[in-house]
Amino acid sequence: MSVAIVDYGAGNLTSVKKAFDWLGQTAIITSDPDAIDHALRVVVPGVGHFAATAALDHGLRQAVQSAISRGTPVLGICLGMQWMFSSSMEAPQFPGLGIFPGECQRFPADVKSPHVGWNQLAIDRSSRLLANHEREPFVYFTHSYRAPVVTETVARCQYGGDFSAIVERDLVFGVQFHPEKSGTAGLKVLEAFGTLPC
Amino acid sequence: MLTKRIIACLDVNGGRVVKGVKFLNLRDAGDPAELALAHSEAGADEIVLLDISATAENRKTLLQTVRQTARQLFIPFTVGGGIRSLNDASAVFDAGADKISLNSAALADPALITCIADRFGSQAVIVAIDAKKMSTGNTYEAFVAGGRKPAGRDACEWAREAESRGAGEILLTSMDRDGTGLGFDCALTQLISTSLRIPVIASGGAGTIEHFVQVFQEGQADAALAASILHYGVTRLADLKQELAAAGIPMRWPC
Repeated sequence: MSVAIVDYGAGNLTSVKKAFDWLGQTAIITSDPDAIDHALRVVVPGVGHFAATAALDHGLRQAVQSAISRGTPVLGICLGMQWMFSSSMEAPQFPGLGIFPGECQRFPADVKSPHVGWNQLAIDRSSRLLANHEREPFVYFTHSYRAPVVTETVARCQYGGDFSAIVERDLVFGVQFHPEKSGTAGLKVLEAFGTLPC
Repeated sequence: MLTKRIIACLDVNGGRVVKGVKFLNLRDAGDPAELALAHSEAGADEIVLLDISATAENRKTLLQTVRQTARQLFIPFTVGGGIRSLNDASAVFDAGADKISLNSAALADPALITCIADRFGSQAVIVAIDAKKMSTGNTYEAFVAGGRKPAGRDACEWAREAESRGAGEILLTSMDRDGTGLGFDCALTQLISTSLRIPVIASGGAGTIEHFVQVFQEGQADAALAASILHYGVTRLADLKQELAAAGIPMRWPC
């Protein structure tokens, strides 16, 4: 089985699966740590409140951590990406995975929130996720909190200041936007993730 | 920079896309799945599908239509019309919608907004407001039941309440302009858009490309809905987005 999409009750699972299906890659939606152990790739999706990530604490956090240790490619999407940071001001009592340093914060008061719509990536350095892109693409965002720009940031986005749109360390990736909802540009990101050598 | 969105709207009735003027003289405008895909490929930033019949028999047809439309669509997809409960909303999400749009049901039971937002997230809940200008002063009233009944609520005050109850976006339709092609109600759009922190989608009245320029500049809309202007080929999405970009409106173009 190719891609395990981690089900912790936080949305957009079927649309992520639908995108992998369309790309011809086998994907399953699962909340079973064993299935994650046997997956060649792991996706942590998610929309909504950071507190929802607490549901990962019953075995799934450990499974994702083990996958990362084994060198399995792991992709966090939106809330799934924010969970890969140390924490979020949205629910500070629940720690993130801490793969990337820093705390996710609210947008400043002078811009509308949530940040909803298509915004353009500013690519800082080459990323394996953007291997199929020839220019800086427009992608679809919908979020009220954002991750800081860190040394692992490979693409930024600008809305009330810069934030991390793509982070990457070894085979761990996070995208703040929704590749499954970003048209051809998004499908190319998922295709690049799905065809990483592993 | 965050771009302004052009949202293609499909009014469906019994599994077909229809379009009329102020809910009358409905004409067949095609297959929902085919039209949604065509709009997506032509550059639409989102697709909205509104079930304008919303009878019990049509609900099954609607879910089938939603499934077929969602299958090949990889841009945000909203479904509205006749969603009255968390169960109705769940069925539509299961069929492949990313967001649902609530109108009459939210006015009848505002707690429904919070109930669906708690389960699926605020980003998945759009509250649609049909607003009509009052004869006295610069105020607008919200209407329900497809624009047939006054709700007895000030549109702006209701929009604020919807936001505070967890709505992620407001879909604002000017009943005075809907289907007329006379242009968006920019005063209404600006009033609501500047009163809220969540995005406002302007709807009703688009007839020319210039109308879209106006609603983004004067109306301060975050997104605009386009329906009949697209279906009959009056305006191509490519021309619309190109001309908006040329007028200095941030657009996702080329897509």
